[in-house]
Amino acid sequence: MTWLVNNLTLVRELTLAHLTLSAPPIVLSLVIAVPVGWVAHRFRASRSVLLTLSGLLYAIPSLPLFIMLPALTGTSLRSPVNIVIALTLYGIALMVRTATDAFDSVPTGVRQSATSVGFSAGSRLWRVELPLAGPVLLSGLRVVVVSTVSLVTIGAVIGSRSLGSLFTDGFQRGIPAEILTGVVMTVLVALLLDLACVLLGRVLLPWSYLPAVSPRRWLGRGREVRAA
Amino acid sequence: MNVFADALRWIVDPAHWVGSAGIDYRIVEHLAISGLAVGLATVVALPVGVLVGHTRRGRALVVGLTGAARALPTLGLLTLLGLALGIGLRAPVIALVVLAIPSVLAGAYAGVESVSRMAVDAARAVGMTEWQIVRRVEIPLGLPIIVGGVRAAVLQVVATATLAAYIADAGLGRYLFEGLKTRDYAEMLGGSLLVAALALVLEGAFALLQRASSTATPRPGGTLRLLPDPGRQ
Repeated sequence: MTWLVNNLTLVRELTLAHLTLSAPPIVLSLVIAVPVGWVAHRFRASRSVLLTLSGLLYAIPSLPLFIMLPALTGTSLRSPVNIVIALTLYGIALMVRTATDAFDSVPTGVRQSATSVGFSAGSRLWRVELPLAGPVLLSGLRVVVVSTVSLVTIGAVIGSRSLGSLFTDGFQRGIPAEILTGVVMTVLVALLLDLACVLLGRVLLPWSYLPAVSPRRWLGRGREVRAA
Repeated sequence: MNVFADALRWIVDPAHWVGSAGIDYRIVEHLAISGLAVGLATVVALPVGVLVGHTRRGRALVVGLTGAARALPTLGLLTLLGLALGIGLRAPVIALVVLAIPSVLAGAYAGVESVSRMAVDAARAVGMTEWQIVRRVEIPLGLPIIVGGVRAAVLQVVATATLAAYIADAGLGRYLFEGLKTRDYAEMLGGSLLVAALALVLEGAFALLQRASSTATPRPGGTLRLLPDPGRQ
């Protein structure tokens, strides 16, 4: 506790740095993975290719990816851009599968009804499929949030400042309290961002929190939501 | 692309393939540490997961544990154990076991739970004992998902074993940290390429193993549902 009290400014600064590194990959991977997932859902031929590629991408360990990326992108190893690109790639790899599942989970009957009452392909996507895929997309986003916040700490070993710096510094100087602070703060940031996602989901997707007896369950959506 | 050429030249340099600092030695070391950790985790987690899946008790515990494991920063766990246990392989192996347990547990639980209740009831109706049901119905039918859990654990452990070189000089991760320290980008990149290749080879091997472990007839257009792993580094 003494260590924490004496280093509050440092912890606050690193928490902010951590958030700055975590937020862009989370947003970017959502924005990129949803269309890719839709393509995988819509065009059967692309499906196995896209899902296999994202699986392989996810298999590459993070530290080697941090080191390999600069050779491809030309950014410097310690640049925040490098970390953001790497974590965006992981986010996409995680999210494409869920996004595909999310669009798959929209019942065919609903899709056909939308077409028969006169929705164009575009407005059907925006006003029917996307809202109904929302709850599953949200579950995927929550996974990306927690995993990204945790992965940011790895950057510390190549010199990128985040809460992970408390691990490397604490290890080198032999201060367990510093490492413990880092672990607790990282988990806390992950849980808070996760909570923010849940609340955002409640505001943007109120239909996924209707009571179980709601007639909307007739559409057959309830099952997928719970499974997610 | 010059840097990649340098890295490849670093990898094929015969001088990097001799002795206890040689690439072949380090690959074996990396695999041995990872194998030990996943093996220990499986011994602990597999029976528990199967038990939870069979009895359907303690589901919340498994779900909570896998969720929490995703949020836990592996580097934090590694350094904390490194300080507590000192130099040597004990700290990284324990950390890797801790990280592998949730994946194996979740896979074992989900695999057994995925088995159709009808198959289980039928087995009970023809007079199988609970132990026979577990061994001869639930495990064989749930095997692809159980193997999926081990696959997720292997991926996570191989990745984290790289990071473990930060606290114990072992495995392929050493090249990364050595290169970082001496600003030798060819060594760093060469080591990274080796780790990535190793991970991809294992991923491919386990994908095949998972497919081979399925007793079900493949459905048209359906691929095996692989268990999403509870996070890795």
